Amino acid sequence: MARFAARRLLGMLLVLFAVTVIVFLIFNVIPSSDPAARIAGQRGATDPQLIANINREWGFDESLPVQYGRMMMKVFGGDLISYTTRQGVDEQIWEGVPATFSLCIGAAVIWLSLGVLFGYLSAVRAGGLTDRALTILALVGISMPVFWLAAIFLYYLTFKVELFPSGGYVPLTQNPLDWAYHLVLPWLTLAVIFVGFYSRVLRSNMLDAMNEDYVRTARAKGLSDRQVRTRHVLRNSLIPIVTLFGLDFGVAIGGGAILTESIFNLQGVGQYAAEAIANLDLPPIMAVTMFAAFFIVLFNALVDIAYAWLDPRIRLEGPAR
Amino acid sequence: MASPPNAESRPKGGSPWGLALRRLRRNRIALGSLGLFVLIVAFALAAPLWADRVAHTGPNATHTLERITIDGERRDVVSPDGTPIGPVWLGAGGRFFLGADGRLGRDEMVRLMYGGRTSLFVSLVAALITTLLAVSLGLLAGYFRGPTDAVISRLLDVIWAFPVLLLGIALGTALAVGGLQIGPLSLSSGSIWIPILIIGFVYTPYMARPIRGEVLVLREKEFVEAAVAQGAGALRVMLGELLPNLWSTIIVFFTLNIANNMLLESALSFLGAGVQPPNSSWGTMISTGIGLIYSAPLLTIIPGTMILLTVLSLNVFGDGLRDALDPRSRVRLEAHAGSFEPEEKSA
Repeated sequence: MARFAARRLLGMLLVLFAVTVIVFLIFNVIPSSDPAARIAGQRGATDPQLIANINREWGFDESLPVQYGRMMMKVFGGDLISYTTRQGVDEQIWEGVPATFSLCIGAAVIWLSLGVLFGYLSAVRAGGLTDRALTILALVGISMPVFWLAAIFLYYLTFKVELFPSGGYVPLTQNPLDWAYHLVLPWLTLAVIFVGFYSRVLRSNMLDAMNEDYVRTARAKGLSDRQVRTRHVLRNSLIPIVTLFGLDFGVAIGGGAILTESIFNLQGVGQYAAEAIANLDLPPIMAVTMFAAFFIVLFNALVDIAYAWLDPRIRLEGPAR
Repeated sequence: MASPPNAESRPKGGSPWGLALRRLRRNRIALGSLGLFVLIVAFALAAPLWADRVAHTGPNATHTLERITIDGERRDVVSPDGTPIGPVWLGAGGRFFLGADGRLGRDEMVRLMYGGRTSLFVSLVAALITTLLAVSLGLLAGYFRGPTDAVISRLLDVIWAFPVLLLGIALGTALAVGGLQIGPLSLSSGSIWIPILIIGFVYTPYMARPIRGEVLVLREKEFVEAAVAQGAGALRVMLGELLPNLWSTIIVFFTLNIANNMLLESALSFLGAGVQPPNSSWGTMISTGIGLIYSAPLLTIIPGTMILLTVLSLNVFGDGLRDALDPRSRVRLEAHAGSFEPEEKSA
């Protein structure tokens, strides 16, 4: 177990290094324009002094490894500043973390519970009316643009019928009820895609599992259908769902959350990134990309290790992916 | 050519492709979805016709201060408080069928049709790029194995570590400022090819990995051994023996990939890191529309519905295709996140 964890963590470090190199390439090497002008964003066009400062600070006239080193020191040393708002990027990101995690964790609870419930019902009634209705719902959910659903919620549930607040984030520590009330629509928006996907995956896993030998054994020893389904079929079919969740939680943070936050005006990391895009303000985007990728790599490694601890077969076969 | 080993003992019913086609024909829902997709494509292709013959305006022409006559009544295209006119259907002879798009007073219907062209074009070409890259990388890694495979697989792993949308945003904003120049290829910052290349690139690992997995299995089969024994070189084995066996996977992935691309394009354009104004795409239209969500909700809902219908039709058709081509296939592309079901679980 310790060996597996060590190997997995070493692999993780390599990937983290590669991630930083890719981010460096994206922002400093691939584009053809003047890097200082790019980092200065919209302000740079009117302010030649700013460009000169950036050139000196970032060392754009020096060799690539030196530039890479400077960039890393800026990102991880907390010296990265946005050139449009003049604020420290790392602080801004930290300020957004509570809102982003509130959104993503709440959405994850919804998508896991609904996904499992719908998938289970679908599999139990395979071929029936419930199954078909849920399949259609799932496909619509998977195909839905996040911001479209958000817009519909906004218009019908906060404006036509004033059922929910149209946005804003209330810290959990300030008022837990208000916190949840403000987050209901964003949670649902973000969860819908995954509910569809998870219920489909669980359905097909359960249908496959029903033909396995252990199910026959369980039946043979006299368990009721219901017991077989919940204690054996469902439990085994949930394993891949856990793996998927390890991947998707990060995907939600670095994907759907950006769109959801910017529409519902939740002051999280995603909205910060969305604003930076609108102003073509590169330092925040650079940092958000890097931190999100870091978080995902770290989270995946932890899930893998937890998984290997639960299921010894994975340890012996090598890293699961 | 690579004919399957037991050609004579095949049950009556023709080639595998013929069988698949028959299975597909029985799947009414899949066929219906294909029909819907074809309709949407036709709708987008008809854009210039509608613009010239019916609406008499272009997608980027502004009509801010104009007035139109609807059933004998004169009305502002954009009212003084900035609210655009809503759908007038055929009240003005086809002009402003779906109303105007905001302060600029552009014809929403014309923009919707032209935007569809952009969105479909971006999604389709990006899917072609993804497929080309993924198949080449998958073939190389799976066939040569060893160090080639190690390099390619690790590279794909690293790209995989980034969330698709965030990687697209990073590339999109970095290139939106200065454009791209690789050798003789030079793209200005507003070029439509920038989002195309980005989208084509970011989805590559999600397709290359399962293809590599399949190649790893296929290359151990007897027909590959036979080809090698006959003196076939690496290139001939890859293109002549392995590729034909990958087509069914490729087609399914390609279809589902177009759907994913459309969602990614709209998300990128919505945030301002995709298709750049004044070009319209369904994503940029929603981006304009969301600011007017309370006064003119249709500006958001209509393009959003077009995206939903297109993606849904492709997802359902792709599902049907997979069932028809390989009823036991397990690869499945996730719509938004882009991750797969755990691969080779049972294989």
